[in-house]
Amino acid sequence: MEAPARVTLTSTRIFRPLASTIALKVVMAVTGLVLFGFVIGHMIGNLQVYLPRGADGVWALDAYGKFLHEIGHGGAIWIARAGLLAALAMHIAAAWTLTRRSLDARPVGYRQWKAKQSTYASRTMRISGPLIFLFVVYHLLHLTIGSVHPDYIQLGVHHNVTTGLAQPLAGGVYVIAMLGLGIHLYHGIWSLMQTLGLAHPRHERLRRAIAAVSSALVVLGNVSIPIAALCGWLPV
Amino acid sequence: MKIKLNVWRQRSRAEAGSFESYAADDVSEDMSFLEMLDVVNERLTTEGKDPIAFDHDCREGICGSCSIVIDGRPHGPKDRTTACQLHMRSFPDGAEITLEPWRAGAFPIVKDLVVDRSAFDRIIQAGGFVSVPTGSAVDGNALPIEKENADLAMDAAACIGCGACVAACPNASAMLFTSAKISQLALLPQGQPERWRRVLSMVETMDEEGFGSCTNHGECMAACPKSISLDNIARMNRDWMRAALRSGRRAGSTTESAAD
Amino acid sequence: MKLDPTIPAGPLETKWDRHQLEMKLVSPANKRKYRVIVVGTGLAGASAAATMAESGYQVSAYCFQDSPRRAHSIAAQGGINAAKNYQNDGDSVYRLFYDTIKGGDFRAREANVYRLAQTSMKIIDQCVAQGVPFAREYGGVLANRSFGGAQVSRTFYARGQTGQQLLLGAYSALQRMVGLGRVRMFARHEMLELIVVNGVARGIVTRDLVSGEVRSHVADAVVLATGGYGNVFYLSTNAKGCNTTANWRAYKHGAAFANPCFTQIHPTCIPVSGDYQSKLTLMSESLRNDGRIWVPKQQGDKRQPQTIPEDERDYYLERKYPSYGNLAPRDIASRAAKEACDSGRGVGRTGLGVYLDFASAIERLGEPVIRERYGNLFEMYERITAENPYTTPMRIFPATHYTMGGLWVDYNLMSTIPGLHVIGEANFSDHGANRLGASALMQGLADGYFILPHTIGHWLATAKLEDVTTDHPAVKAAEAAVAARTQRLLSIGGKRTAASFHRELGQIIWDECGLARNASGLKSALERLPKLREEFWHDLNVPGDGAGLNQSLERAGRVADFLELGELMCLDALKREESCGGHFRVEHQTEDGEALRDDERFCHVAAWEYAGDDRDPIRHTEPLRFDFVNLAQRSYK
Ligand SMILES: Cc1cc2nc3c(=O)[nH]c(=O)nc-3n(C[C@H](O)[C@H](O)[C@H](O)COP(=O)(O)OP(=O)(O)OC[C@H]3O[C@@H](n4cnc5c(N)ncnc54)[C@H](O)[C@@H]3O)c2cc1C
Ligand code: HEM
Ligand code: HEM
Ligand code: SF4
Ligand code: F3S
Ligand code: FES
Repeated sequence: MEAPARVTLTSTRIFRPLASTIALKVVMAVTGLVLFGFVIGHMIGNLQVYLPRGADGVWALDAYGKFLHEIGHGGAIWIARAGLLAALAMHIAAAWTLTRRSLDARPVGYRQWKAKQSTYASRTMRISGPLIFLFVVYHLLHLTIGSVHPDYIQLGVHHNVTTGLAQPLAGGVYVIAMLGLGIHLYHGIWSLMQTLGLAHPRHERLRRAIAAVSSALVVLGNVSIPIAALCGWLPV
Repeated sequence: MKIKLNVWRQRSRAEAGSFESYAADDVSEDMSFLEMLDVVNERLTTEGKDPIAFDHDCREGICGSCSIVIDGRPHGPKDRTTACQLHMRSFPDGAEITLEPWRAGAFPIVKDLVVDRSAFDRIIQAGGFVSVPTGSAVDGNALPIEKENADLAMDAAACIGCGACVAACPNASAMLFTSAKISQLALLPQGQPERWRRVLSMVETMDEEGFGSCTNHGECMAACPKSISLDNIARMNRDWMRAALRSGRRAGSTTESAAD
Repeated sequence: MKLDPTIPAGPLETKWDRHQLEMKLVSPANKRKYRVIVVGTGLAGASAAATMAESGYQVSAYCFQDSPRRAHSIAAQGGINAAKNYQNDGDSVYRLFYDTIKGGDFRAREANVYRLAQTSMKIIDQCVAQGVPFAREYGGVLANRSFGGAQVSRTFYARGQTGQQLLLGAYSALQRMVGLGRVRMFARHEMLELIVVNGVARGIVTRDLVSGEVRSHVADAVVLATGGYGNVFYLSTNAKGCNTTANWRAYKHGAAFANPCFTQIHPTCIPVSGDYQSKLTLMSESLRNDGRIWVPKQQGDKRQPQTIPEDERDYYLERKYPSYGNLAPRDIASRAAKEACDSGRGVGRTGLGVYLDFASAIERLGEPVIRERYGNLFEMYERITAENPYTTPMRIFPATHYTMGGLWVDYNLMSTIPGLHVIGEANFSDHGANRLGASALMQGLADGYFILPHTIGHWLATAKLEDVTTDHPAVKAAEAAVAARTQRLLSIGGKRTAASFHRELGQIIWDECGLARNASGLKSALERLPKLREEFWHDLNVPGDGAGLNQSLERAGRVADFLELGELMCLDALKREESCGGHFRVEHQTEDGEALRDDERFCHVAAWEYAGDDRDPIRHTEPLRFDFVNLAQRSYK
């Protein structure tokens, strides 16, 4: 039999199962879950941009940023960064390998193909994902390193956000990126439950609901910030 | 009724294929889709042309032979209906219908609309069985089976191995077919002794055959003439993870022995 | 030709055990030295190939479909019988044996049928162990239904897909052996010749349907499990590919063909809708439990059925057979339907159909109950006919369904060609002149799992087999024959397609050798068929060449053999001057239209020997002795 076995990870006996499609899907799902967790946490943190200065005249968001940089003598954040980076890298690597396999699996396409069950979100994972990635890169230069920020102040997080996102261009990028993220998560979250086998006929509706609600929350929460900034509703 | 067909013609696996158009003017709406093709083929033959090759046998939706993508849907527009059970009344008079073979690297084209689905047989060979040599069985009622599980197993076992799931999947993935067999046996006591080695081995063979990976689109279930459920895929994923954890070390050798 | 059934002596109950003791065995170590060819991967072939491979033989298996899983057995719906007596309703091996003998109208061998009944229980156990999801009760035990007019519930089923589930069980066992390299599977290969060396079957010649390559395979024993020949009627409930080619090759090499005219016609199929019709779809007989069968009293009444008043309807089964009514046996119900249509009272556009009416049942039980009982059947009917059976009566018509006739085999399932074994529907063995519902699956699996694997050992252990390689002259001759035949089919260059000849053949067989047969009709058929065959070989048109996939060529070869078989059927029907089971000679019936057997002259198996293309075949007989049951006349009044 001709078996176009594309050995992607390793083919040594013990690790062979890791080359399996399902292994890679599990990696996608777990890393996806980690990234999702970060996005939620990060959003909650960011929403503090709506809070006023504290008694000591320090913006809540700045205090929060400072706190993040200082816990564990500044070590924690690096650990977190390492973890995130690893997750993202694995997520992307797995997505890349699986996508390659899937493209190879249909060398000749259809003249006509009608979708029946798949969603817009499910069909665009491979676009929304990279979009998010590009956004993150831009976002880091913008608010973490500050190189593309008009007037960046170290640890002046509140200032950086309010001024940075008040610019129509930057703000626009954020709004669009958040919609992309929402779409990615809408399928992603349902999909990861399926991948991790958290499926039961009775809970099908529930799973759809979880995916819809959580991705909606992420979009609304995040999008509100650039919009508020653009409209100048943020406390300055 | 009159219809126009755009059919994928390809003389052999090696040769290149292309679409050809045929007109059928004497179609009755009571004809089955394959009977319509019979009529077209009769005419082509008498005109000395090469008739359209397509797989079929039972013509009652159970053997899984027929395999035509009709207007962008495997088995055509009607839900839970194989191409052989589809009737021309499902199409408007004057319709223009496109016929394509299952498209997947793992299903090489044999001729026209006929593809080679032996990859499915090899997936079953990798573990889609209970190793119970003839004569070694206990009495049929010696293992009572919860009716709910028996019914779920039957739902999964209804798969006719047609391959429409692969044809419909944007990733040409065989997860639905493979998971149906794995679920059937995983749900029954008879399947337990080999449960873990089975899932590892069958999934590995599925990969080796060059099917794509599932991103949970759900097109397979929508195209499946027996509406095999996506829950089977979730169940297979679950079993695979447990198996990989349980026997991560033995996995290599397990798949070896089941594959040789 | 000598027909020796080799039936073991002794009481019925111990014949098989005793025989197993007396048969020579092949020692486990030696088994792997023997090669066995199994043609066909239906229930019979797949179970036999898997079981023989498990016990150590080198097996190679063949089917013309793209996968062994698609054999026609997959289509069986109703169920499989076994004398388990789980329902405690008085079933027993002996009752199953007796029902089968009686159902077959006393034209089957006692010893074989008893062995079948004995084996039936092990089949269920084996299938359950393989993971076949038979229907279960809430207590977790196996469910049963009563089927085909049996008075006990002995039928095991898996929804409406029993054949599929049983076949997938056998297929999985076969695939396991393929995976372990103990069976070599040749899918999309068609057997076109039998290789006979010095009177012994030693192999087959196949055509690779994809590459067109003609190749010979030699072995120490050959098994045919190639199914029935119902498609000789063109329209039947059989899958399109079902054919008689393998059996016919064997017949021409000297394997006797037994009772070719014994065919079964099923009363409840969806009627023909037009001349493009390619096959007929069976609907479960269970429908007759609640449906009432009728036709309008006056001829050519084209009114909507609902508008025809009660007193203008003829519920002919209830009228003729008051006690059984709509549940009269298959052959009787089928014949009555044909008579109604012949008398010009048939319904539907073609006039070939009768009503199966659920109106009164729906009135009595309510639609939900009916939906619950027959929902999926009604759905299937509507899918095909676009009529809603809840509101308009169904239209049904009889269709060829099963062929009891087949290659003659002895108690060891070996044909008159030493080394050639025949199992499943392809042989003639256990159903006599009429098969009971849910008994074919049982027979196929009994032959394959539990009988042939033992009896073939006896053959291999006792036969003196010379070494044969693929360059033996007999092998070369067989290959040449296939090449010549293929070439001949391709080079006729006429105008008509194989299908058109097949259709014409089917019409003749259906009219003259179908539900009711009579001497003059059979004689006229015997005059028309040779002419049709002549025309076939002069005006056939097969496009393309033999070098690759050529479905027209496959079709043509099969039709060519059907044309010859059809003649033998008519001849057999003509010579059997009695009525029994599915064979109804209008000259031989009781005053109330019952089949009238002639046990004096015809209590025997008729086995036909091929005598050359230009000579009439020779009719041999195997007398049937009934030492344990006494012959009774069926009556369903
Ligand atoms: C619609 C329908 C419903 C039925 N329902 C029931 C039921 O409920 N209960 C019951 O007991 N019986 C039922 N029967 C009858 C039963 O299904 C068959 O008699 C039985 O399955 C025959 O099995 P088999 O293995 O002998 O042959 P098949 O299953 O017909 O297999 C024949 C095999 O031989 C192969 N073959 C044939 N010719 C060649 C060749 N020349 N070269 C290579 N390979 C070849 C084919 O590929 C196939 O694999 C039903 C039949 C029909 C048509
Ligand atoms: C409108 C929405 C968002 C706002 C206002 C925002 C704001 C910020 C700010 C101010 C920082 C810098 C923190 C610091 O340097 O102390 C930051 C860092 C970061 N943001 Fe966002 N962010 C948003 C959305 C996102 C999204 C959707 C993602 C990922 C998909 C993301 C990923 C990151 C990452 C990876 C960092 C770097 C964290 C670190 O310093 O290691 N952000 N964000
Ligand atoms: C913060 C960023 C991201 C989050 C939260 C996230 C989350 C997820 C989740 C939960 C899944 C579902 C996994 C599964 O199917 O089980 C997923 C799938 C996917 N992700 Fe991401 N992802 C992110 C970034 C990316 C990036 C940067 C890429 C770019 C390469 C990407 C590509 C994909 C692809 C292709 C899939 C589909 C595969 C699948 O559904 O199995 N993702 N993502
Ligand atoms: S799962 Fe459905 S679509 Fe796929 S092979 Fe089985 S029956 Fe066909
Ligand atoms: S369509 Fe394809 S992506 Fe998965 S859910 Fe079905 S296999
Ligand atoms: S021909 Fe058998 S399923 Fe369509």
